[in-house]
Amino acid sequence: MPADLWSLYSLMLKSRLFEEATATLWQDGLISGELHLGTGEEAIVAGVVAQLRDGDAMALDHRGTAALLMRGVDPVAIMRELLGRPDGLCRGMGGHMHLYSRDHLAACSGIVGAAGPCAAGFALAAQHLRPGTIAVAFFGEAAMNQGMLMESLNLASAWALPVLFVCKDDGWGITTQSQTVTGGDLQERAQGLGVPAVEVDGRDAGAVWEASRSAMQRARSGQGPTFIQARCVHLEGHFLGFQLLRMAREPLKEMPGITLPLTRAFLHARGAALGQRRAGLKQVLGAVLATLRDPRRDAANDPVQLARRALLSDPLRLKALEDQLEGEIDAVLASAVGEDAS
Amino acid sequence: MRSMRFTQAVDDALATAMAEDPNIVVLGEDVPLLRRNLLVRFGPGRVRGTPISESAFLGAGVAAAMAGLRPVVEVYMVDFLGVGMDALLNHAAKLEAFSGGGWTAPVVVRAPCGGGYGDGGQHEQSLWGWLAHIPGLAVLVPSTPADAGGLMLAALQHDGPVIFLEHKLLSETWLEFLGSGARRTVQYDVPAEGTRGKVPNRWKPLPMGEAVTRRPGTDVTIAGVGVGVHRAVEAAQTLDLEGISAGVLDLRTVSPLDRTAVREAVARTGRLVVVDEDYEGFGLSGELAALVLEAGISCRFARVCTRTTIPYARPLEDRALPNTERICAAVRELLQ
Repeated sequence: MPADLWSLYSLMLKSRLFEEATATLWQDGLISGELHLGTGEEAIVAGVVAQLRDGDAMALDHRGTAALLMRGVDPVAIMRELLGRPDGLCRGMGGHMHLYSRDHLAACSGIVGAAGPCAAGFALAAQHLRPGTIAVAFFGEAAMNQGMLMESLNLASAWALPVLFVCKDDGWGITTQSQTVTGGDLQERAQGLGVPAVEVDGRDAGAVWEASRSAMQRARSGQGPTFIQARCVHLEGHFLGFQLLRMAREPLKEMPGITLPLTRAFLHARGAALGQRRAGLKQVLGAVLATLRDPRRDAANDPVQLARRALLSDPLRLKALEDQLEGEIDAVLASAVGEDAS
Repeated sequence: MRSMRFTQAVDDALATAMAEDPNIVVLGEDVPLLRRNLLVRFGPGRVRGTPISESAFLGAGVAAAMAGLRPVVEVYMVDFLGVGMDALLNHAAKLEAFSGGGWTAPVVVRAPCGGGYGDGGQHEQSLWGWLAHIPGLAVLVPSTPADAGGLMLAALQHDGPVIFLEHKLLSETWLEFLGSGARRTVQYDVPAEGTRGKVPNRWKPLPMGEAVTRRPGTDVTIAGVGVGVHRAVEAAQTLDLEGISAGVLDLRTVSPLDRTAVREAVARTGRLVVVDEDYEGFGLSGELAALVLEAGISCRFARVCTRTTIPYARPLEDRALPNTERICAAVRELLQ
């Protein structure tokens, strides 16, 4: 049975439209603090979540909205939670980094790497209480340097826990390029702990679906965990209002406040030798330049667009689906900002 | 005197110390961007980004301090110390005692703390009481740019582990990075007095464990740290209009604690209100009550603290964190 690209596209587009709506709410100041979007990683989430069954569990990171939506959690309840309303999914107590749905066995965490032990524990309970069900952990590649996640890979391996460790690899840990602080290869790292590793194009929902199908079969049949490394691009960077993206996108506005103190520091009489200073400057500029060369500008890195292109052969069906989803999300937004029903 | 913003003052004092002492190194998450002004002046050898591996780099910071460096280890938020807590709880804090006084770890752990901008209960905690509970850790919570710079220097000269906490509402960079993201559509209740202020032309270390009176008062003593101090001053101004004279004591450091200043102030006013953004139970507020009781001072006591997990929703959060209304109400009740 191959992946049904129509249903994957439907999941992805729903999530994209939802998150674009929340981005507007954030810009309007209706969401006060940080907001981490999952735009750009929808193919990874859809390819995995589309295959989950009743009783399967999800351990999510600070970017869990897409997974919850695709899993079938009430979108109005999620949006109301992001707005901090008493009728939100968690009564306005959690917010987007701390979304929980007990009914779906789904828990987010704002602590990097925490999805590892969480999935291991969900999987342990699955072994005892719901044989044949599994747990999925979603996390970024920067979380792979967190001890608790590495320990969880080992634990899942040693106990043959039914876990899918899904690494959504966009190459950046906030403002740090992950390769600059990571030793070795992540798949080899997982393999070294006895966890089979596969790499997949995280922009391609069908490919993710295929890779995770085998991994789930393995987990459901008691053969233990799998590590999936799926590369993607976060279209809005780490979070909305991300300083590095602002520097790259609006240099005239952002850079004066940054360059003046930077120049003053660089030229300060007391400090390191010139070579060291130059190396420091190179690091700062490197991060900005890497952002400027950003793959975000390339539509080929947008998983939603990628899936859409494959469906253009049936424009009528495509339009009907898109109209339907846009209507759905408009209705969600209208309902979410409407009067408190409770 | 110069005028500086809060985090600018910390970084300026830190840079001054780094120019004097080549053994000071800075390491932590996203440090190359966050401390870029230090990076281009002192080079990547001394200003180093880390992976998101709190256990490893906190533990390494402690041991590097044992072996002669003076590391300033930055963690993204004090909440994330939970991940690498062993390095502080079981190692940094124990070393001096375990070694019979022969070995210490002069490491400075620098972390943003505090709430008021809608990030939820895993990113807005204060935790200074939780940290100060452990013998062997110094915990500094400055409330003004001048104190922030002076206490950073003190931390760098201290012969043991120091936790240096920067309240995000006071920090021009953290609040923008994590809160507004350059939006003009959000407002935060930022105490202006704490965000920008006069700082000395030449930084001098402030003594740790020395409180300062922010406002004299004869009817009641309000004590606190960080943003709580500013909330207390604001409350005192309101109470003044009602004919109540409330004094405000800025403890500045939770550990060591200026017990003498608290005792003296409370002995005069006979009333103590503790404003503490950290959790109410088993923390700073209870500690202040205990020290007054232990001194045999007869006084009326109240506290305005955070009692629950900090809610995400801003209206709920505003009620959960100490605010001027709650402080005023507590003072009025004590005076009844």
